Amino acid sequence: MMNPPLSHYLLLSALLFSIGFAGAVARRGAILVLIGIELMLNAANLNFIAFWRFGANPQALTGVMFVLFSIAIAAAEVAVGLALVIAIYRQRKTTRLDAMDSLKG
Amino acid sequence: MPHLILFLWLVPSLPLLAAGWGALLKRQRRRLAAGLAIGAMALSWLLSCAAFFSTLRVRILRQSCNFTWFDLAHTTVQLGWMLDPLTAIMLMMVTFLALVIFIYSLGYMARDQNFTRFFCFMSLFGAGMLGLVIANSLLLLFICWELVGLSSYLLIGFWYEKPAAAAAAKKAFITTRIGDIALLLGMLWLYSRSGTLLFYNHGQGCLEQASLDRLVAGATMGGMALSTAISLLIFAGAVGKSGQVPLHVWLPDAMEGPTPVSALIHAATMVAAGVFLVARMYPLISAGPHPAALQVVTWVGAVTAVFAAAIAMAQNDIKRIIAYSTISQLGYMMMGLGVGGVAVGMFHLITHAFFKSLLFLGAGSVIHGCHGEQDIRKMGGLKQLMPWTFATYAAGMMALCGVPLFFSGFWSKDAILGAARDWPFSSAPFYLGVAGAFLTAFYMTRQVCWVFFGKPAEAQGAQAPAHESPAVMTIPLAILAVFAVLAGFLGTPAWPWFDSYLNGANARFTFAALFARPQLLLLLLSTLVVGIAFALGWRVYSRVAWQSPREADPLEKSLPPLFWLLQNKFFIDELYAATVIRLNTAFSLCADWLDRVVWAGAVRAVSGLTRALAQINRALDESGINAGFDLGCQGLRDTGSILSWMQNGRIQRYLRVLGLAICLGLLALIWGSA
Amino acid sequence: MLNEISFYLLAALTVACAVAAMALRRLVHCALCAAAAFAGLALIYLQLDAEFVGFAQLLVYVGAIAILIVFAVLLTRGEEAAPGGRQSSPSWISGVGIAVLLLAGLLLPILASPSLQHGAPPAPVPSVKRIGEELMTRYVLPLEMVGVLLTAALLGAVVIALREPSDGNLPGNSPAQQRAKTGEAMNL
Repeated sequence: MMNPPLSHYLLLSALLFSIGFAGAVARRGAILVLIGIELMLNAANLNFIAFWRFGANPQALTGVMFVLFSIAIAAAEVAVGLALVIAIYRQRKTTRLDAMDSLKG
Repeated sequence: MPHLILFLWLVPSLPLLAAGWGALLKRQRRRLAAGLAIGAMALSWLLSCAAFFSTLRVRILRQSCNFTWFDLAHTTVQLGWMLDPLTAIMLMMVTFLALVIFIYSLGYMARDQNFTRFFCFMSLFGAGMLGLVIANSLLLLFICWELVGLSSYLLIGFWYEKPAAAAAAKKAFITTRIGDIALLLGMLWLYSRSGTLLFYNHGQGCLEQASLDRLVAGATMGGMALSTAISLLIFAGAVGKSGQVPLHVWLPDAMEGPTPVSALIHAATMVAAGVFLVARMYPLISAGPHPAALQVVTWVGAVTAVFAAAIAMAQNDIKRIIAYSTISQLGYMMMGLGVGGVAVGMFHLITHAFFKSLLFLGAGSVIHGCHGEQDIRKMGGLKQLMPWTFATYAAGMMALCGVPLFFSGFWSKDAILGAARDWPFSSAPFYLGVAGAFLTAFYMTRQVCWVFFGKPAEAQGAQAPAHESPAVMTIPLAILAVFAVLAGFLGTPAWPWFDSYLNGANARFTFAALFARPQLLLLLLSTLVVGIAFALGWRVYSRVAWQSPREADPLEKSLPPLFWLLQNKFFIDELYAATVIRLNTAFSLCADWLDRVVWAGAVRAVSGLTRALAQINRALDESGINAGFDLGCQGLRDTGSILSWMQNGRIQRYLRVLGLAICLGLLALIWGSA
Repeated sequence: MLNEISFYLLAALTVACAVAAMALRRLVHCALCAAAAFAGLALIYLQLDAEFVGFAQLLVYVGAIAILIVFAVLLTRGEEAAPGGRQSSPSWISGVGIAVLLLAGLLLPILASPSLQHGAPPAPVPSVKRIGEELMTRYVLPLEMVGVLLTAALLGAVVIALREPSDGNLPGNSPAQQRAKTGEAMNL
């Protein structure tokens, strides 16, 4: 079973990362920014798994462990983030990010 | 008791303690104040008696007790006290008279508001005088000299609300100060030349032979012997204190004080302090083969004796007559010291102390009885109204005039005249002395006639009749009268006890000595002089005493210009006012100008400069430092506002900046490692 | 051969879904495309012999997170009238530009590194037992901490999103009244 070389996986991860980043900075809605951030996290996870698979010591399961924890934490983060978005929506009736600038200097 | 010398310091200390305690008392504690003063003086008197008796028994002529006052690097300053016959006799006289006069003051000052203060000051005076007497060091003597002068000032100006009294006190203090400056100079010179101010210190004292030899041998710039120069300066101090011409002007004015003060201070003790000083320093003054200072002493004394007696003839205030009489008698004492030595002068001092204080107290009694009247022209007929006073006053007057045989003044004055007659340098003092005796008898007769004889004052328009003084005043008078008579017997030629006591020899009673030719001649001469003066005075004044009103003095009628001169005291006061005092006023005005304009101007200039500097400093601080600081803070705030402009609250912009930073970071890493 | 083809297919699918998630106009479509992208990634994990991770990804990301996102989208639909598309974000060009820069920055080292061209070592078989052992021995502390974190996140999310009685969204109030009341509350 031949796998594609590591660089392809990394390419994919980089691509996903930049797509997620582009979405996070270019879209107006808060939820879309969250989705973009999730994509970025997933890209990083892919990186970890790829390096674990192609790495020197796959028996140590380091990459797998890291990704597991990353997934758990991402879940927690999404929950809290969406709760925040909902709370703000209740106040302001909007999820547009450029309307939430009361912390400006 | 040989140990008495160790306790002799108590004699002045007890009155000093009484004065200190009395100073703290309230005005109402009259009995305590008087009790303290009299009690302390009584104790001092008892101690003095003990000291006197010890000098009678112990044949050591001189005991002293010295101590170090303070220690300088290479020398020490020592003080001390001593006991010798001169000291003992003075102690007895001073304490006894002080005690008697204190008791007299209980009556005289009974109605005065400031009773407590009076006794405090009198105790202070007593302490000073006693300290002066026992001092074995010229420095300690000087300290007590000043203390005595201070008490005199305080007591002359006792009734300070009276401007005349305040002025008199000031005059007394300043005039004696002039003498004191000379005394201080003499003291300093003596210290520098002899190295010590102790009188007797086992051969090293300044009055002991080694020091005297050095001083006699030394010479000043003018060719005068050192001992003479120092003696003259010290004598100048005595001139001030004892009211010799030309510094006599304060004594008559000092009569503004209460009569007990005049009796104690200005008759018996303080003015005698000058004479005592000369007696104490006699070894120095008479040192060397040609003691010129002693001649000066004699001449000054003789001139003073006649001068003051002349002025007394034209005075109308009862106390002033006695004051001029005191000055005259002090002149006699100085003359006695000069011609005859310590014993002659001191004998007259002792007898004079008793009869002069008696006369003053009697005058006080007269004034008290006449309800404050002091002009003799307005008194009269008091012989019947005040018999005790008259009797004692007569005793005192006769002692002063030198009525023969039974009155002390006769023997003491005779001793002086006898020594003056034998003086090798000149016989002018003798004749001056005789003239003075004549004048003394004359003016005292005048005074007694006008005060005690003649028409009573109420017939001349006085308010209330005169009355005798209470017993507390007349008993001291009686005591003093007894002494005025008896004291003379201590120094007759038949039994020269006083002389031998002072010189450490033994006296023998030889009645025949009275009849030796020179003595007898002198006795007869004195008697004659006194008798003629009495007769003349009685003839002139007893008639006038019955006249009323009594303004015209017979002497004035016969010799108006002379009388005018005498009554105005030879215009000495006016002379001083025109010269010395005017000079002093000019000088003080100049000093005042200097102080107000020059020094104060300098101070103001400095303060102005400081203020100007302060203003500059403040301006710099406000505009420079503060402004700079404010500018800095403003700059910070502006920077902050610029930075805060970058925060627009939008997360996406922050994310973009983050992303850009990561890119740049990556690029840097890549290119950095390439 | 199969590995490579599957990978390339899955990669293309994932990328396409990701782009769609970021670019579509309607939020629900974006959420669903995101879910598809997550699924694609799970399959890639499976392809990389990380079975447990893949299934975990499916369970958590697709099964929980994507659903959560859909719920959130549905709950915040008040402004669907206004187009939430990228046309309204004025500076999206610069954002995309930065993303491109980022991509370039990431690609450069990947393409330049020679060590990335090697093949894969033989496939490991990480049994679940092994993962469990690791979790309980070496990674017990992170495990516990993640547990605490999840608890906190759960509680926090509930608290944040809790509907307060003063919010005014009680039954009986009309939307106009509700908007007025919320407008009042917004005047801070």
